Amino acid sequence: MRTRTEQFLPFALLLPSIGFLSLLIVIPMVQALLLAVMAEGGGFTLENFQRMVADVNFSDAWRNTLLLLILIVPLQIVLALAMALLINSRFRGHGLFLYIYAIPLAISDLAAGILWLAVFTERGYLNSTLQSAGVIDQPILFLSFDNLAGILTAIVIAEAWRATAIVLVILIAGLQLIPRDYFEAADLFGANRLRRTVHVVLPLLRPSLQSALIIRTIFAFQTFAVVFALAGRNMPVLAGEAYTWYATNRNEHVAAAYAVLLLGLTIVATVVYLRVLGLREAEVQR
Amino acid sequence: MNARVLDRSLLYGSAIFLAIWVLVPFYLIAISAFTPQAKIFDYPKPLVPTSFSTETMQFFLEARGVLPSVLNSLLVAAFTIVFGLALGTPAGYALARFRFRGREAFQVIVLATKMFPIAILSIPLAVTFLQLGLYDNLVSVALVHTAMALPFIVLVTSGVFVAVSHELEEAAQTLGCSRWGAFLRVALPLALPGLAAAAIFTFVISWNEVFAATILTLRTRTLPAQVLASLSTSPLAFKFAGGLFMVLPAIAFIFLIRKYLMNLWGSR
Repeated sequence: MRTRTEQFLPFALLLPSIGFLSLLIVIPMVQALLLAVMAEGGGFTLENFQRMVADVNFSDAWRNTLLLLILIVPLQIVLALAMALLINSRFRGHGLFLYIYAIPLAISDLAAGILWLAVFTERGYLNSTLQSAGVIDQPILFLSFDNLAGILTAIVIAEAWRATAIVLVILIAGLQLIPRDYFEAADLFGANRLRRTVHVVLPLLRPSLQSALIIRTIFAFQTFAVVFALAGRNMPVLAGEAYTWYATNRNEHVAAAYAVLLLGLTIVATVVYLRVLGLREAEVQR
Repeated sequence: MNARVLDRSLLYGSAIFLAIWVLVPFYLIAISAFTPQAKIFDYPKPLVPTSFSTETMQFFLEARGVLPSVLNSLLVAAFTIVFGLALGTPAGYALARFRFRGREAFQVIVLATKMFPIAILSIPLAVTFLQLGLYDNLVSVALVHTAMALPFIVLVTSGVFVAVSHELEEAAQTLGCSRWGAFLRVALPLALPGLAAAAIFTFVISWNEVFAATILTLRTRTLPAQVLASLSTSPLAFKFAGGLFMVLPAIAFIFLIRKYLMNLWGSR
């Protein structure tokens, strides 16, 4: 009897979270699909997807979302890699620096957008500094609707600033898995820091780099509040359009079509993720 | 010797440069939020503020809907912590203590959930909550936040229980405790600091969440939802003060759980 309870105990313990997640994830996924293919009055239709695609902002939203993805993700990886390698050299005081680098983990995308608004706004600190240094005569309108490059730069910097911390902790955790002997062996053979990094550290860090890359790619599809904080509606992105269709246009069907699109993109990226890393890799994680 | 000195200064130089890059926006938002309202549009602004005033912060806190939204945010976070720990701790314990069939599958589910864009699901959920009469309700926001925090809670609690020796629990059982009693009297007290860290991390997730909170509420806004919904109409002073106000508790809490950061995010 006792062994029987022991056998079922783990499943009983997992049941609440599995039940909850299926209630809050699986059912809404099905509902998003249904909403997206349902007409206002009932009956099935593709009209919602057609309205989504025909909307003036749709192609801009696609372009901007992809542009942000392509610009932000590599920048995050490079910055985080630099931070992680510095920390990993275990110089005196590296703990303090790790904590400082990790602080943006606690910052929302909305707050990050507002923080950088103080920098990029017309009379903000960037223009102030440039003006005081005599570089410019009058403020540059970084966030004006006709300055796409300015808006893009501001958003890329704000998002890279915020989410680099997330990549950093993934990479640090990956570096901790590499036995220190490997570094010592490389030293023994006379490798300098650069060679050691390129030939020993980076190949061993590949799984962490891959997962950081894919996680950030997935979340880049959801970029939203940072864009609203810096550019308002001047820069449509996919998640922002979903929000606007729901909250401003009050059309949950087209909003659901956007949700389905975003879910589709995520599922594709997740499948790629699990394929690339394989289940064995997933097992290692607690 | 010289090469070594050069090496060191390069190392510290880059480390300090990157630290400045991370810290400067915090400094700038802080001085912005404590600039008197009349001086917000001064140009060019000095990098070292010439005047200090709490007027802008007061203006933000006294603005309509802000204080209730802070209270709502705290309530949603509290609900999320209760729901999340109640659901996640048993699962974390199971992962830490048992080898069972389906264990790997469950870990993959946790991993996939961690990356899943749950916020997007608030659109169909809003329609359901409307039908159920749960729309514009703090509990429904907390449910979505719970789904977001759950994978993190499972991961960190399983790590915590791995660190608590199962032999102690077994010893308690041989001394006459039931399985449940051994968990309650031995494992749980030892796991408390880790569970507290999980609770704090859950708070940060909920306090920061924007999309779902904005979609699922209309009048009972949380703080980020309130700030986001009024972005297009609010003056700069309001945004700066709001930005600082959202950032401060998050920084304080992340300081408290700095030891656990690797556990929470590090495992891919």
